[in-house]
Amino acid sequence: MNTLPKLIFELSREGKIGVGLNEADVPEEPAVDPELLRRELADFPQLSEVEIVRHYMALAKLNYSVDAGFYPLGSCTMKYNPKINEKLAAAEELQAHPYAPHDLVQGNLEILARLEEWLRELTGLAGFTLAPAAGAHGEFTGMLMVRKYLQEKGDPRRLVLIPDSAHGTNPASAHFAGYDVKEIASSAQGTIGLAELRPHLTPEVAALMMTNPNTLGIFESDIMAVADALHANGSLLYMDGANLNALLGVVRPGDLGVDVMHINLHKTFSTPHGGGGPGSGPVGVAAHLLPYLPVPRVRRQGDGFDVVFDDPRSIGRVKNFYGQFLVIVRALAYLMTLGRENVGRVAEDAVLNANYVRKRLEGLLDLPYKGPSLHEVVFSDSGLPVKTLDIAKRLLDYGIHPFTIYFPLIVHGAMMIEPTESESKETLDDFIAVMGTILREAREDPELLRQAPTRTPVRRLDETLAARKPVLRWRKGESL
Amino acid sequence: MAKENLLYSKDHEWVRREGDTVVIGVTDYAQHELGDVVFVDLPAAGKELKKGDPVANIESVKAVSDVYAPVSGKVIEANAKLNDSPELVNQDPFGEGWIFKMSVEQASELDELMDLKKYEEYLKGIAGE
Repeated sequence: MNTLPKLIFELSREGKIGVGLNEADVPEEPAVDPELLRRELADFPQLSEVEIVRHYMALAKLNYSVDAGFYPLGSCTMKYNPKINEKLAAAEELQAHPYAPHDLVQGNLEILARLEEWLRELTGLAGFTLAPAAGAHGEFTGMLMVRKYLQEKGDPRRLVLIPDSAHGTNPASAHFAGYDVKEIASSAQGTIGLAELRPHLTPEVAALMMTNPNTLGIFESDIMAVADALHANGSLLYMDGANLNALLGVVRPGDLGVDVMHINLHKTFSTPHGGGGPGSGPVGVAAHLLPYLPVPRVRRQGDGFDVVFDDPRSIGRVKNFYGQFLVIVRALAYLMTLGRENVGRVAEDAVLNANYVRKRLEGLLDLPYKGPSLHEVVFSDSGLPVKTLDIAKRLLDYGIHPFTIYFPLIVHGAMMIEPTESESKETLDDFIAVMGTILREAREDPELLRQAPTRTPVRRLDETLAARKPVLRWRKGESL
Repeated sequence: MAKENLLYSKDHEWVRREGDTVVIGVTDYAQHELGDVVFVDLPAAGKELKKGDPVANIESVKAVSDVYAPVSGKVIEANAKLNDSPELVNQDPFGEGWIFKMSVEQASELDELMDLKKYEEYLKGIAGE
């Protein structure tokens, strides 16, 4: 497959139809006021049924997904999601109306309560809200709780500190919650310790937002000392749980001194997502922040469950109804099929796979931060005759989806590789062999990489032109 | 290019003195690192700035980066040409690609910036990392 299918409008030929209808044998009554009817037919494409089927099949074949092949973007984008979760989320018994009386939906409420219990156990935090609809929504919710907590203490503060390796959503969420943001520089090892924190730790600091392991895939090993220093200063520690896959079932953030954290159910706990959803970003808090959790909250009451809608110190609602219920179902299904005794193997295998790739590629690529890797490893293009983008594009020629490129920003020409726990040694060996071939090509014939991809239906795109002068619609008579 | 008369920040911005005001842009190194610029989010005139405050956003095909106030003061004018031609930041970073102009509250803050020689040494330090 190395041509792009034609648009359905280009395939259209006057007079073709997919389905023929008999003449009506009853009088035709216009369904709408004739005044409102179109005078000309809309310019719909005209094709036979089989042509339409083939058209969409050709488009579908262009898809690449984690079900089709290796996808080193990792859990941060999307890991493999077991199909049993889909089956359970589609169960008809769960499809309740959100206004159904609570005595008719006890099973649904139990799912919410049980996932919350799982998350408390896995994180060591005192309570959770399942309401936020995505990771960044969770960050925002968490920062609103920080804000209310400090306000009630009579010590509202102005500033949130964020490491320069953070995801861009952190500063955005803190800003939306009403804070000024100060970026702090990571150490030469790529981490945040007391030396990096201290110069910024003023009485204005409400919180530090830290991702652990950070976006370099390195564990923030000073996190407990950092938490102590923050707490002694009256500040809180927010942990971004985007990389929880590396710690799952092994490290409990609550034990590290974390006050608030969000978890991405759709990443760590396996929901197919992308292109904007569906996501779910539960937020966990330590005991002192419990009163501020959003409503509604499900509560065990005797043998059953009820819902708290009114809690005077809560920050209130952050989403309608109970959050992204079917993502929550998938997360619970994922955890229950693993079982408590196996959850830790997710992190162990994810870390093992990343370190295997690191070890095998270390001699071929520059590794700017050499601390121990957890679930991902970040190389740079330094010393290569080509750029990171060229390598990523060449991977497409070998049928592999590229890894994350140019993030984190503190690495020049970053190549961030996160295989996840699901990939076998054989798959990783194939990927490593392809990387070896590409890096040899880079030395022998760099132009080949600069021209890549050459075997895909679309060659290298002019991203600059696309961003500056986007063409957002096709017009008849114009060729693409 | 009269780069010798400019001052430089560690965030790869250049600062040109014009009487009581300064003009600010990003250096050639910065535009090269950013890659093709596709959008510049400019500040409104009159905005009060403290040294280190984010003033503008530069969006390239690779990333979005902040431009920071090198000193405290007030925005006087932004380079409106960048609205339609963000590529000027790439093509002429020290000239037509300037970003904004601001007043200077304390001239002493300018002393904390680097001259060309120091900035070139600073760049060498980065390349050696």
